[in-house]
Amino acid sequence: MYDIAIIGAGIAGSYIARELSRYKLDVVLLDGENDVGNQITMANSAIVHAGFDAPSYKLKGKFNAVGNIMYEKVCADLDVPFKRCGSLVVAHDEYEMATVHELYKNGLINGVPGLKILFKEEVHAMEPNLNENICGALYAPTAGVVSPFELCVNVAENAVDNGVTLKLNHLVSDIKKTDDHFIITTNAGTIEAKFVINAAGVYADDIYELVGEPYFQLLARKGNYFIFDKEVGNLVNNVIFPCPSKKGKGILVAPTVHGNILIGPDAEPVEKGDISTTAERLDYIKKNALKNCPSIPFNKIIRSYAGLRNTPVADTFTTTDGDFIIEESPVKGFINVAGYESPGLTSIPAVAHYVVEEIVKPLIPDMKENKDYNPKIRPRVRFDELNEEEKIAIIKENPKYGKVICRCETITEGEIMDVIHRSVGARTVKSVKKRCRAGMGRCQGGFCSPRVVEILARELNCPLDEVMYDQQDSTYILSGKTKSAQSEVKS
Amino acid sequence: MIYDVVILGGGPAGLAAAVEAKNEGAENVLILERDRELGGILNQCIHNGFGLHTFNEELTGPEYAERYINQVIELGIPYFLNTMVLDMADQGDLKVIHVINEKEGYMAIQTKSVILTMGCRERPSGAIGIPGYRPSGVFTAGTVQRFVNMEGYMPGKEVVILGSGDIGLIMARRMTLEGAHVQAVCELMPYSNGLVRNIVQCLDDYDIPLKLSHTITFIHGKDRLEGVTVAKVDDHLKVIPGTEEFIPCDTLLLSVGLIPENEITRNAGVEMDSRTNGSVVGELRQTSMPGVFACGNVVHVHDLVDFVSEEAVLAGKGAAKYLKGQLDTNVTFTTLNGDGISYVVPQKVSLKNVEEKVTFYMRVRQVFKDKVVNAYIGETLIATKKEKKLLPAEMVNFKIAKDVLAQYPAGEIRFVIEEAKK
Repeated sequence: MYDIAIIGAGIAGSYIARELSRYKLDVVLLDGENDVGNQITMANSAIVHAGFDAPSYKLKGKFNAVGNIMYEKVCADLDVPFKRCGSLVVAHDEYEMATVHELYKNGLINGVPGLKILFKEEVHAMEPNLNENICGALYAPTAGVVSPFELCVNVAENAVDNGVTLKLNHLVSDIKKTDDHFIITTNAGTIEAKFVINAAGVYADDIYELVGEPYFQLLARKGNYFIFDKEVGNLVNNVIFPCPSKKGKGILVAPTVHGNILIGPDAEPVEKGDISTTAERLDYIKKNALKNCPSIPFNKIIRSYAGLRNTPVADTFTTTDGDFIIEESPVKGFINVAGYESPGLTSIPAVAHYVVEEIVKPLIPDMKENKDYNPKIRPRVRFDELNEEEKIAIIKENPKYGKVICRCETITEGEIMDVIHRSVGARTVKSVKKRCRAGMGRCQGGFCSPRVVEILARELNCPLDEVMYDQQDSTYILSGKTKSAQSEVKS
Repeated sequence: MIYDVVILGGGPAGLAAAVEAKNEGAENVLILERDRELGGILNQCIHNGFGLHTFNEELTGPEYAERYINQVIELGIPYFLNTMVLDMADQGDLKVIHVINEKEGYMAIQTKSVILTMGCRERPSGAIGIPGYRPSGVFTAGTVQRFVNMEGYMPGKEVVILGSGDIGLIMARRMTLEGAHVQAVCELMPYSNGLVRNIVQCLDDYDIPLKLSHTITFIHGKDRLEGVTVAKVDDHLKVIPGTEEFIPCDTLLLSVGLIPENEITRNAGVEMDSRTNGSVVGELRQTSMPGVFACGNVVHVHDLVDFVSEEAVLAGKGAAKYLKGQLDTNVTFTTLNGDGISYVVPQKVSLKNVEEKVTFYMRVRQVFKDKVVNAYIGETLIATKKEKKLLPAEMVNFKIAKDVLAQYPAGEIRFVIEEAKK
């Protein structure tokens, strides 16, 4: 029996698992997917918000700025690319300037450092590609960009290295509460645990309903995005937000931590699991992004995708007022981390600490510290970022670093083999891409995907047609041998 | 050691350029190839139809490559395989190429001249942004060509192809021969982007429908591809509501264009042409950077490999001339694409370097029937070429003799499509 089972290995579940691994506890991290961080964590704006939006009485306001400050250390320990690029909320007229002033005041209350209201000239000096009509902005120097999926993979790896058990492809279908523990039924066997932490993203309400009377409901809100070629990566330096309206934060234009440009997201209520992009929505994003940044080069798009937010529904049914739901539920020993939408990514270092110290600890008062806990992971070689001497040395040490597999991002075979063999190793083409960026570049895997399939098959010792793109069994890439290859084998 | 010529890419352009440079007197020539063998993309093109212009016979891709590889070996031209060029630095008379491979590790190769022959890549699905899901089973046609022809694996059984580029057409036939069912080839434009012979031999002969003025409006399937929605488009390429049709399939191949692969070129600071996505070149394929030449699909996407070889000969000659200090750098003429023409290569001509004639390669913007291509300097018509049919899929080769050009001191040569005079 485990002490704690965490349902959902996205950024929230994985981070809480790592935080729990500071203590001597038997923790299991469950996910129905074939990889960690495969849903909301995989498709979002990748922004580490400064923390001036949410009011301080909400958990969102309480954790955002604190989580933000923790990012440097977390990303250094976990070898995750992170850049404090700053953000601008831009205003087109005096009404919007009034909003900017309100955000500024709220930011001060939330303890956001370095906030500044900029005049027109200062904005345009900072960002020459913005619309001339922009008359001012709120500048937040602490805002940043991160690679959310690399963060999630590395957090999960660190958790596993510190003793957490990770079980992927375990889709939870039922939960029973006994007198002193929970019995969790999955499609791959039963798991027993004394306590449960529900971090199931957009499905967290469904998971809770397996064990308790519903007291919150989540709405999947879809957002579409575009990613642009690195060639135009200097379009903006800061994350550019329009002035927020009742509809939300609006369409942002942002640099990514890897040097691309991202625009999006819109917001549209959909059925859970619907991550399809639509022509109307993609057009809407283009149109709105142009309002702040009129020279967006749409011929340099390399990818469009959509992701979901898990928004608590604000009606009488809900007690949460659109805030995070982070608490022990009415079912004793069952903790919900739900409605965990933006600024969830930013807040997670602070939230995970809160969950463990303020919610779990009172439930397990005799938790012993794990003296072997190591907050760091072994850094990955990023060949393209090495200097000449380092490149010479690393290829000498391991010649596989001398073979470039992904030519767009200059990712070597050595890097791909490393991510396959780490403790939360890549098993699929998508999971390789997530971890080391092979296939993330302007050709989107056209050149390297056959080679990545070959390397996966070789390293995992399976035939090429057993290598999956993403989900286990259902996302095959190859359907079998060609007739010619079959007849060669026969003769 | 300082090389005379280093060639970035061992495909058809690189091989022919290496042979020509060596034959013209360059001593130390080196070919750098990132794949495990010489020949480039020809190695996965196992269909025939290559070499009709160059060798007057129909060869397969590997056979065509072999002819040049044999010459490279006979001439004793060295090459590195599995070797990736990271960048090229211009130090005036010397260029330094940084490369890596498993055997020699990291190397800084010094050379007096460089020929860029990196070829092109397929335009990916992301670039055309088809709405819908992102399941497995969506490939570029060339990726599948590699899987089928080189690895011996099939991607699926029920196939739809978007785009009528030549690789897509060839793969329609190849997949059919391997037992897959190709349901349709959808082409956004009202005409095919592939060669006529490929439409006939790869689609018509196998009863595969070519749906012109059709596009894919939605990709279905959360895990593996389950189907596509296909719709008709109007004259402005906008989807006509009500024409949508669901086609179930497990595989979607994209053949929606090729883009010259010029990361190294751009990073080195060579002048580029946004019309071709290649570098600006002269008659001997000299670029804006002295000592750096470019030829083949890295300059502009060709229709036939024979013309790649033809262009590579020019670059090989150019590099050899440069090494001897005989390359004239005064530009006599520039070229311009006028009405109906999307680009012209070369963009510059130094007449002193020309032996007998200059061949101008160009592409037309749309289908034309019974027109002439006219070349003007100022208002003067200097050359004309009658064409029964002009297709965007086929390059126009327009030859102008040196004697004709020599009558004009300098200027801009403008190519336009005009009505044939009766």
